[in-house]
Amino acid sequence: MKYFNYLIIIAFGAMLIYASLGLPQRGPASEVASQETSIAGTVLPSAYYIKNAYRDANTPNMVTVVLADYRSIDTLGEEVVIFTAGLICYMLLWRKRKNAA
Amino acid sequence: MQHRIASPIILLVSRFITPYIMLYGFYVIFHGHYGPGGGFQGGAILAAAVLLIRIVNDPEVYEIHFKSSFGIPFGAAGVLIFFGIGFIAMVLGGNFLDYSYLPLVGLTQADVRSTGILLIEIGVAFAVMAILVSLYDNLLGEENV
Amino acid sequence: MFSELFLEYYDYWFIIILMIVGMYGMIMKKNLVKKIIGLTIFQMGIILFYVASAVKWKATVPIYTPSVPNTEIANYINPLPHTLMLTAIVVGVATLGVAFALLIMIYNRYKTLHEPELLERMK
Repeated sequence: MKYFNYLIIIAFGAMLIYASLGLPQRGPASEVASQETSIAGTVLPSAYYIKNAYRDANTPNMVTVVLADYRSIDTLGEEVVIFTAGLICYMLLWRKRKNAA
Repeated sequence: MQHRIASPIILLVSRFITPYIMLYGFYVIFHGHYGPGGGFQGGAILAAAVLLIRIVNDPEVYEIHFKSSFGIPFGAAGVLIFFGIGFIAMVLGGNFLDYSYLPLVGLTQADVRSTGILLIEIGVAFAVMAILVSLYDNLLGEENV
Repeated sequence: MFSELFLEYYDYWFIIILMIVGMYGMIMKKNLVKKIIGLTIFQMGIILFYVASAVKWKATVPIYTPSVPNTEIANYINPLPHTLMLTAIVVGVATLGVAFALLIMIYNRYKTLHEPELLERMK
């Protein structure tokens, strides 16, 4: 069983190394993610964010604008996830705290 | 739980340094428009300040600082601030979370959106701080040690 | 060939090392706390991968300054992966708290966190 686990890890590493050979290079502007339009011809969201973030929200920090304005529903759901995690932690442990007190 | 005797140096340094950590947290929240920062990072720094008091002191001291029963309600308040801003914008005719419909007179549309982003970040910081402190209290609170 | 392979891809090698270390911790370690530490290391590898995909040579941070025009998108690095990973880090902390709460429940019930012993006691 132990050798099987080692085999899983080695296979995982080999798979990752093989997959990394197909990844785009880091940095050059000719990379697909750095283009203005995608392969299908539509405008990529990051190009839109860079060009219009300051004009739309008068805020220099583009990450803040994307986080709280363009993708605010995403952030709302994520904050609900944090709150739910805190609530789960409380509900798992409050009964024991009451018994111990 | 057995009584912890903290060194006087630790007590003094933690009391000295906590207000500055909190001030830095507020700076990170409110400067998030112009530099690296925002609600998540500032909330985490505020939680670090509260947790520093919790690590050093006994319960009778840190309950004065931030009551451990306040964690979940404050987190709910943060989520409600976020949801309420979006809901106000929806009631006033825009889409959900479209800040340009917020009732702020005398500002351009872009400035209204900037203010909406600031209010959202405050809600996020509130929720993150309260939930992190609540996680610490529930996991490592006085009865669980 | 070698310099291209190294300079353009070397971040991927470090990310692969991090992910393998995380996988090793998750699979080989018997203690549940160590498994969760491995999970966190794995998560950090994925976060670093996303952040590394945002880089552009000769570009600046995604904070608008008037001296750098934003009509040319090659002037600023990609803000989208930074945003996504910002939320992912905080969610990771929250789920880590839930995982530790579950571990505390398991320890209170079975008085151990060692996995084979735990499986023995659960019978």
